[in-house]
Amino acid sequence: MNKSGVILKKKSSPHGVKVPERKLTAGRPIERAPLPEKAVISLHQNLGAPGEALVRRGDRVLTGQRIGDSDKFVSAPVHATLSGEVTGTTMVINPPTAQPVEALVIGSDGTDEWVQLEPADRPEDLSAEEILDRIRQAGIVGLGGAAFPSHIKLAPPKKATIDTIILNGCECEPYATSDHRVMLEYGDRVLSGLNIIRRLLSPQSVYIAIEDNKEDAIAHMEDLIIGMGLEETIKIVPLESKYPMGAERVLTKLLLNREVPIGGLPLDVGAVIHNVGTTKAIHEAVVEGRPLIERVVTVTGAVKDPKNLMVRFGTPLRTLIEFCGGIVGSANKVILGGPMMGFAQFDLDFPTVKGTNSVIVKDDSALAEQQCIRCGRCIEVCPMRLMPTALARYAQAGHYDLCKEAYVDNCFECGVCTYACPANIPIVQHIKVAKRELARRAPRK
Amino acid sequence: MKLQRAFLVSPSPHLWRGISISRIMYLVVLALLLPTGAAIYFFGLRALAILAVSVAVSLLTEYLCKKMRRRAFVMDGSAVVTGMLLGLTMPPTVPLWMVAVGAVFAIAIVKEAFGGLGHNIFNPALAARAFMAVSFPLPMTTWVAPRGLGLDGLTSATPLSGDSVWQQFDPAAHQAMFLGNTSGSLGETSALALLIGGCLLLGLRMIDWRIPVFYIGVVAVFTLALGQDPIFHILAGGLMICAFFMATDYVTSPLTNRGKIIFGISLGVLTVLIRQFGGMPEGVLYSILIMNAFTPLIDRYTGEKPYGLVKRAKDAG
Repeated sequence: MNKSGVILKKKSSPHGVKVPERKLTAGRPIERAPLPEKAVISLHQNLGAPGEALVRRGDRVLTGQRIGDSDKFVSAPVHATLSGEVTGTTMVINPPTAQPVEALVIGSDGTDEWVQLEPADRPEDLSAEEILDRIRQAGIVGLGGAAFPSHIKLAPPKKATIDTIILNGCECEPYATSDHRVMLEYGDRVLSGLNIIRRLLSPQSVYIAIEDNKEDAIAHMEDLIIGMGLEETIKIVPLESKYPMGAERVLTKLLLNREVPIGGLPLDVGAVIHNVGTTKAIHEAVVEGRPLIERVVTVTGAVKDPKNLMVRFGTPLRTLIEFCGGIVGSANKVILGGPMMGFAQFDLDFPTVKGTNSVIVKDDSALAEQQCIRCGRCIEVCPMRLMPTALARYAQAGHYDLCKEAYVDNCFECGVCTYACPANIPIVQHIKVAKRELARRAPRK
Repeated sequence: MKLQRAFLVSPSPHLWRGISISRIMYLVVLALLLPTGAAIYFFGLRALAILAVSVAVSLLTEYLCKKMRRRAFVMDGSAVVTGMLLGLTMPPTVPLWMVAVGAVFAIAIVKEAFGGLGHNIFNPALAARAFMAVSFPLPMTTWVAPRGLGLDGLTSATPLSGDSVWQQFDPAAHQAMFLGNTSGSLGETSALALLIGGCLLLGLRMIDWRIPVFYIGVVAVFTLALGQDPIFHILAGGLMICAFFMATDYVTSPLTNRGKIIFGISLGVLTVLIRQFGGMPEGVLYSILIMNAFTPLIDRYTGEKPYGLVKRAKDAG
């Protein structure tokens, strides 16, 4: 079975929970979504500072042209995702913060005329600074969902010693198959991008974490690794399919038996974790000079024909859902992202952004909340070993100080507590409120 | 087709496991059906009448309390569980009106007065039984032999109230007690039926193994150390029903794994101490009520160390 030695022993976690996988589109090759008539490009598609518009109404822009950027440290530029005219600005809600942000509207001229790309003549000769600059200029952010600017993650502070890179192909959210398809169809680019970040960080160990519900991806990546002669360098770690296996802190614990300190980052324990889609984008940026203007989005659930689509950012959800045959039945919820951590949308005009890995249409109903019966299921499943029921109770009573004492900041909001709660208490929502309130009260640095 | 419809917006997650409170409660009811059947088999239709009164009055009391408190009455099954558990701890000859008083006390005083399901400090069925034991001392300690012995209607000592059996190792007595062919409260006599029901809840992961295993285990070890017959102590009295169905009550037992172990061990020690040195033959009931009171304290000090809790140089300096 595993003669090459690339595939290591399968790992599992005592926490988390088996969720229904519903990977309807696992076998569907990536198709190209139609170009929209207009693209709405949010100027804030990354964690950190929002960008400012670099073009004005009436300007003609080309596909791949930088149209928004910021000089703040934690930021990433955004690019035009089609060619045409800037017809104005609008406001869109930034899903993770629920705050309105500025967006540029580009009317398509239908030609999809690109800016001149600058491929690297000899990618292997680029210096670290040149590589990081190309990654930043391409506007690459973490495509697993958090959208943290990648060039920052790849330039750790001097005092940090990075000994491990983990490439994250877990895709533990139900429904989502975009990472799965990227590994199958763009595995070579994924590994090329991985090799680029290996050069930047020179780690001792490189792991690719993939859940065991993606046997074909595990086998394909193994073949590619052997084909590149890297079987001594890159190891694949299959993980039991369970949610939230793909969370960074869960991965450092499972693969390295290291716990990221509360309030810290994986780099504090010597690890840098990148999503497979991100390293694909890094390859395209560094080798081909292509900016990040599109990604694979799984459009699934109660649509007639669920698909994996290559989508230009700024394409409205409506275009994607209509391309998949429209909504089936009485489905009344549209989720941007996975069903566990994604954001329900009220409006199909909402544009896709860099962090959008899936669009899920489903039936849902608001369930009546009951009293906590202290069953302890939330504690049992919490990957951070917190007491979610206590945190929710403190937060509801406004005792944010008690939340802090009970390590509320350790929660990364995976929602598994709420999924498991028999009383339908929106535990993770209470926790989010507490975290936001504590952050607001914290003295500014 | 133009997509026009009103979309539901609610916070994540957008999936739910589907194990609801009522599903949990009705699984407990299911697990109690076998002990209930055993009670009816051994003590006749009178057992059925006691259980019916207990469940009906519990439900009615909950409904009226919710009305008075202007809260929605939710048929979550918890009052059915309380009613069944209370009924199963009744002596077979207790007057039905006393059962009704007990059920009212369990729901109105022990549960609703503290805020309803999830807020009660004490197990409602057990606290009500304790209340009945002090209010109606004679009817609550009058025992009859089960019909299986062919001595229907005769008063008879329970195994725990006789002195002679404490130290003897008697396989015939063990067998009768295991099957339930002995005198005692309706639902506590058949260890077999309780074991099956308990294992059902364990197998469905509705209850955690730690409390029953540590409780029963400590009783066995402790009584053995005292030179007594541990099998007798496990099978006698209310240990089996309480270890699986009362001590594991979510609301009144610790949330944490370490807390559950401490809870189980403490129950075992207290039960043997009361049986051995107390003024009453049985100690299960008061052990659990005492430990119920300690539950918040236990929870407070037994939480797991959170992920990533380390002293950072920055914090220290």
